[in-house]
Amino acid sequence: MYATTSVKTKSETLKNRNTAFIELKNISLYYSNGDHGLPILDGINLQLDENDFVCLLGPSGCGKSSLLNILAGFQKPAAGEVIINNKPHTGPNPSVGVVFQHHNLFPWLTIEKNIEFGLKMQSISKRERKQLVSHYLNLVGLESSAKMLPYQLSGGMKQRAAMARTLATDPQVILMDEPFSALDALTRENMQIHLLEIWKKTKKCIFFITHDVEEALLLGSRILVMNSCPGRIIVDLPNPLLHRAQSVREIKYLKEFNELRHHLISAIRSDFKTAN
Amino acid sequence: MFTTFIRNKQAPVRGVSAITIALILAIWTVSTNLKWIDPIFLPTPQSVWNAFLELIKNGYKGVPLHTHLINSLYRLFLALFLALLTAVPLGILCGISKYILAIFDPIIEFYRPLPPLAYYALLVLWLGIDDKSKVALLFLSAFAPLFISTVSSVQRVPQNRLNAARSLGATKLKILLYIIFPSCLPDIITGLRTAIGVTYATLVAAEMVAATSGIGWIVLDASKYLRSDVVFVGIILMGGIAILFDGIIRLYQRLQFSWVGKQD
Repeated sequence: MYATTSVKTKSETLKNRNTAFIELKNISLYYSNGDHGLPILDGINLQLDENDFVCLLGPSGCGKSSLLNILAGFQKPAAGEVIINNKPHTGPNPSVGVVFQHHNLFPWLTIEKNIEFGLKMQSISKRERKQLVSHYLNLVGLESSAKMLPYQLSGGMKQRAAMARTLATDPQVILMDEPFSALDALTRENMQIHLLEIWKKTKKCIFFITHDVEEALLLGSRILVMNSCPGRIIVDLPNPLLHRAQSVREIKYLKEFNELRHHLISAIRSDFKTAN
Repeated sequence: MFTTFIRNKQAPVRGVSAITIALILAIWTVSTNLKWIDPIFLPTPQSVWNAFLELIKNGYKGVPLHTHLINSLYRLFLALFLALLTAVPLGILCGISKYILAIFDPIIEFYRPLPPLAYYALLVLWLGIDDKSKVALLFLSAFAPLFISTVSSVQRVPQNRLNAARSLGATKLKILLYIIFPSCLPDIITGLRTAIGVTYATLVAAEMVAATSGIGWIVLDASKYLRSDVVFVGIILMGGIAILFDGIIRLYQRLQFSWVGKQD
């Protein structure tokens, strides 16, 4: 069953190649340090499809987060443009949801008010807001914490609430910047399982940054590797292990796992060697 | 369990404070009643108490005590209200834009360290001796701490929090109202506490310089007639009112801002 779904996704991916949902055209970025800025991102071209779960791997400092900031609209690239659904994307808006490394919940609002925030900003009626909030609370399993303030929740719960807040505005794409890296191993595993379930339910395009190769192999339908100085995408492959394991622990027992892991790690390493 | 532990720990701490107060009262009672000290310098607690009852019954110089208190508090709160109304919005604007801050910063930085009574003479000259000049003086002394705490608080709002709000669809105005203002509210309230303290001290000083009513004026006037019992009543009342206001704000802070300092 898992195999068929993965084949289907792949063929869909191939079909949609010409009409990419999100397109990054020739994105470049420099450290604004004097006139001769150090290049961070150098001519990145990338196409993301509607149901893609893209995992971007790369050594720290390679410009992963800068790329995400540009995709989100927080930062303007020095050159190039981002096109979402055939429209240039110039500033942050609710069609591009962001989940940060730190949960970034508004600390004075209860969990349900946090989830409601984006809906309120879009002037959605009160009745509809209430329905949506309870739907997303349910989706991330936080019904019983609805009236609590963020500080009263555990790290994993906070990150789940942050995901619900982002999902509630029904974005076309969700950007996630190492969202689970601050969590302990057990919680992280639960969150990964949870996120996969959410992705299967909503089929949203997810752009997920991580430095954890195993996490990328478990979650991504497509895996990218970026190198640094300047940042370029050096590996772009569909994930053959997609949907074949339930958790990072299980994925380690798959035959192809070690091979892929070595391949990706050596891709990241090779960059380190050339950089140093 | 942890909270009860803290509560149990706080009881003995409070007890120590209570002992201090009781000791002071005891020394005061004994030393005055045994006539170790001249009652002109230090009246007995009983005579202070009697002066207090007398003030409640007959007022001071024909004006009821509560009118004096209301006069003082009216000046104080009108000034604080005006300061809140101006310093907070201006502080938020200055926190957002360093250019707007650059306009107002020199003015505020210049007058802030000045002792209020130094420019009170000018205010009296311009606005007259009655309430207007006093409210203006108190307004100026409340404005600076409120403004400064608002500006620095706005500057410390995390960029990621603003980014999160923007990607959830908040416009600039909505970010101001729903993100920046609530982010800064705890600091604004702390600034208000400082402002009340400064303004209160200035109030008493202002009433001592030029007034015909108010709690500060009672103290000054009574001292001219060597009525140290009335002076004591005035001082104790002033202190009590200050503690009361601070307590109310602290309670509000505890109830409203339980999240402050607990973010990770």
